Amino acid sequence: MKSASGSHTGTGTWLLQRATAVALVLALPGLMIYFLAALPADFSGWQALFAPLWLRLLMLLTVAALALHAWVGMRDILMDYVHPTGVRLALLLAVIVTLAGSLAWLGAILFGATWGAS
Amino acid sequence: MAERPVFLNLLRICLPPSGWVSILHRISGALLFLGLPLGVWALSVSLSGEAGFRSIAERFAHPLARLSLLLLLWAFAHHYLAGLRHLALDVHWGTDLQHARRSSLAVLLAAGLVTLLAAWRLFA
Repeated sequence: MKSASGSHTGTGTWLLQRATAVALVLALPGLMIYFLAALPADFSGWQALFAPLWLRLLMLLTVAALALHAWVGMRDILMDYVHPTGVRLALLLAVIVTLAGSLAWLGAILFGATWGAS
Repeated sequence: MAERPVFLNLLRICLPPSGWVSILHRISGALLFLGLPLGVWALSVSLSGEAGFRSIAERFAHPLARLSLLLLLWAFAHHYLAGLRHLALDVHWGTDLQHARRSSLAVLLAAGLVTLLAAWRLFA
């Protein structure tokens, strides 16, 4: 019988974890420098930091890589420490919902969907 | 073999530095996972208007919020540096015992140093 919580996908996710790690190693310091170099004290200055399209695209792509990276990492943690299959799958689902939700929310904030929390 | 099963006293297990880097890599990764939705929430409120921006600024003025931010900064510094070490080990850099031990000590110390600098910026 096929296992409900694992198949032969280990090498693919390992590679995904490494590839997203390399992308994050480069992108995150860049974003941090961009924001810390011009941290404003008022709202209009803060809003202006998010005006460039390249910045918003870079942020969304970076968080997409982060979500994939976190998915593999949290999956590894759950596979090591949570053994009942039902509980493990429920927690993994919660992880996926949290990550996909965060990414979608960020997209709504950055690209101005008015139905978002903003 | 007669001694089995071995009783593992977690408080008496002495991890080598690379063991600490490894377990802290997991803990910091889990913390950063929890921090992501919080960060998106803070961004959402701060960009929602003048009032939202001020409310986030006020929240970050609270010592507990700054302490949580400091914890996340440590988690980021540790996870980033331990991850770089991991990538180096993947391509067989520094895999001999002496270099691996030295690099794991360097990761622990550098992450601590970054955290101290951040604490000084946040609290002083």
